[in-house]
Amino acid sequence: MFPNKLLSSTMATISPLLSVKPTRGLVDEKIQIIVRNVPPRFPVTLHSLFHSEDKDYWEAFGHYTSDNRGTVTVSEHASVGGTYEGTEPMGLLWSMHPAPGSRTGLRLRKMNVLTPMVVHISVYSGHVTEGFSKQSPLATVDIERWYLAPGVRRIDIRDEEVKGTLFIPPGPGPFPGVLDLWGGGGGLVEYRSALLASHGFVSMALEYISTEKNRASNLHIKYFEKAFRIVQEHPLVMKDSVALFGLSLGTSITLHMAAYSKAVSPRCCVCVSGMTDTELNTNYIFKGGRILGGVIWKDIMLPIPTDPGLKVDMGRIKCPVILIVGEDDQNLAAVESAEDLTQMMRAAGNEHLLTTFRYPGAGHLIEPPYTPHVRASKFMVHQTGEKVTMLWGGYPKPHASAQEDSWEKILRFLQQHLYPSQDSVPKAKL
Amino acid sequence: MTERAPSPLLLIHPSRGLIDEKFSVIVQHLPPFIEITLHALIHSDDGDLWEAFGHYVSDATGLVNVDSNASLGGTYDGLEPMGLLWSMRPVPGSRLGLRLRKKEVNTPVVVTISVYRGHMGQGFNEQTALASVVAERWYMAPGVRRLDITEAGVTGTLFLPSGPGPFPALLDLWGGGGGLVEYRSALLASHGFASLALEYMTPRTSGDSTSHVGNEYFEAAFTLLKQHPQVCGDRIAIVGLSFGASVALGMAVYSTVIQPRCLVCVSCSHVQPVKGSLSDVFADISKYVHNINTRYDEENRVIWRDLLLPIPTDPTKKVDMGKLPCPVLLIVGEDDQNWPATESAEDMKQMMEKAGNSHLLTTLSYPGTGHLIEPPYSPHVRVSNFMMTQTRQKILVLWGGDTAPHSHAQEDSWKKTITFLEEHLYRTTSVTSQSQL
Repeated sequence: MFPNKLLSSTMATISPLLSVKPTRGLVDEKIQIIVRNVPPRFPVTLHSLFHSEDKDYWEAFGHYTSDNRGTVTVSEHASVGGTYEGTEPMGLLWSMHPAPGSRTGLRLRKMNVLTPMVVHISVYSGHVTEGFSKQSPLATVDIERWYLAPGVRRIDIRDEEVKGTLFIPPGPGPFPGVLDLWGGGGGLVEYRSALLASHGFVSMALEYISTEKNRASNLHIKYFEKAFRIVQEHPLVMKDSVALFGLSLGTSITLHMAAYSKAVSPRCCVCVSGMTDTELNTNYIFKGGRILGGVIWKDIMLPIPTDPGLKVDMGRIKCPVILIVGEDDQNLAAVESAEDLTQMMRAAGNEHLLTTFRYPGAGHLIEPPYTPHVRASKFMVHQTGEKVTMLWGGYPKPHASAQEDSWEKILRFLQQHLYPSQDSVPKAKL
Repeated sequence: MTERAPSPLLLIHPSRGLIDEKFSVIVQHLPPFIEITLHALIHSDDGDLWEAFGHYVSDATGLVNVDSNASLGGTYDGLEPMGLLWSMRPVPGSRLGLRLRKKEVNTPVVVTISVYRGHMGQGFNEQTALASVVAERWYMAPGVRRLDITEAGVTGTLFLPSGPGPFPALLDLWGGGGGLVEYRSALLASHGFASLALEYMTPRTSGDSTSHVGNEYFEAAFTLLKQHPQVCGDRIAIVGLSFGASVALGMAVYSTVIQPRCLVCVSCSHVQPVKGSLSDVFADISKYVHNINTRYDEENRVIWRDLLLPIPTDPTKKVDMGKLPCPVLLIVGEDDQNWPATESAEDMKQMMEKAGNSHLLTTLSYPGTGHLIEPPYSPHVRVSNFMMTQTRQKILVLWGGDTAPHSHAQEDSWKKTITFLEEHLYRTTSVTSQSQL
């Protein structure tokens, strides 16, 4: 009994040829999915399944109809239904959501970067919307998605109080460097640094808000200066080519350092989904020791203060800054803050240093591309130990586009500013 | 302290690929119009070092792209995106007669690709590269399963594709070198075919150090595949190289048990005592090994191609190709110095035309190509060590072929082999129509 084959007097057995390339790719690499050898004009469902480190199942699916040759080419054909629609080559990855029956408030993050994410891509007969685990697919291909390219080294940094992980590309170097700062969620999040190292940057992921109960967080500027120095003084790093990369609270820290630090001076800054408040955000949230609402923090921060003493003086910034803003950011007042800081720079005469990319429909968590978007997820507020469901904002398709586009722009920005330019030569077209 | 010049950016995509996948190699952030050497290095499972290199000049933007820039010299030249892999050869000072074969298919071939300043031809390990990255090349796709087979008297390794199955299947036969060679089966499974790499030439499989397996051994292997729960029993083909291909032809014509859907025969001959067993074939060949028909080239390496020449007219000395019931893809290297592949192919064609079944025959013939036509992008060797299975004597055998045409033949024939197998094992077209290749 072969339940996966359709047998009838008029139809032959269906044995599709499913190909997904590359079978082992970096997380930010595109995949090509082609189904061949199904009957012409035949309905099929393409399905992806991932079993996370936290033991949850994530899945996505798209409904297709084969063409006259019995082929479905995902980069050319449109999905007519499922977790994504339209011609979306990467839809099976970015539109993933927790499988029915899963725990709520999940967020997909790979904490162990030394192993890949293994995704099962399957093709089912007909347009299926549920019960995938109860049916047998016609064919399945497994693919690996890696944050780490071969040859990249991972090194634990436990230097006095600085806690982080350093990722070093293969080769003799020297390389540009990046200090990689995540947000108020805390902990040591390595995957973005691993991916940056896979693109030729020495990158250190830094922990500054501990998730352990008995460890103090360190929001003092000296801590970040020390961390920056660790990257800068590494023998394989070009000391004048070190950038700061921040998301959310990490952006506040980045701008703060770029404007005020006397000890370190980044070559350029990447600021994603952040604000410019000098009290480094956390004080806003815990004013009065109480969390307002708990879910949507954006509104607490508005209006943007007019008192310059409460914001980073953007006029003091001397290096290029790329600003990434999700217009549906529900966590921080990123849009208003972007407008405000632009005006500050305009008034100070250094606006030429700023490049801003705003993405309609994108939320707060603008991360490397092709991993699933979540509009809300569980969040531990470390200072109070309270677990809330945080609204991040954004909608799957525009958020996925924002991740894809902004990542490309960020890499290009870093390459442009961290490699010494040759003035006599036009910049390489990337 | 003066700042060191930055490392140029060297990008390989994909950094983890299958053995038969192409990759792109791009160098950025070089100074404009400078000479560089791209270098590839493999440290083989046997502990040998293999390398290849190409000479390039960066463009006005400081870029080198092997897809669009030609190599001006090195181990390969011209516009050759994959030259860094297929033109590899043992580094100077290596042992003689090496052949690069991956025994452990669960791990990748690790290639270090580097950029050096200037046009270098040697001394790579004494210079510091400008940049260096690592690429993995895999015979096994994720999800492919490897199973040891030691049942029904059969010794081999079965590779199953990922997914629920059942799958069309292949019996994978290598040549007179013997042993259990897994990598081609691992790669075929990565393309959707259940593939059984069969060990048949090693004395232990016959239980006797002097005799060889009989036809029943191959029939048992075929039956094992046919009955396997993850195999479509009516969609089994045989892929054979050299001696293995000759076995495939003999079985397909004379065995009542072995009924393959199609055959892929690489570098083969149909000349063999018919209705005999492997033992008989070997006995025949060993008669010739030391006789006047064994030639040696100017460096005293064995040329065996004349052993089966001239192609006999006596029908008892060759497989009756007119009785072949299934499509066959014949892959021939015109510079094959080991077997008379070209002469055999011509004779096979004539036999089939006379019998009226030549529509089953598709022949791919490649000039400048030798005997060892394998999956693409692994290094070509014109000569290598060969262990005579009966006498355990080690000799140097001339396989033939020139590196560039042989490598192009591997690339082209592999692609056509996969298409041919897909057509006959996956599609529902009639088996009597000629392959559309």
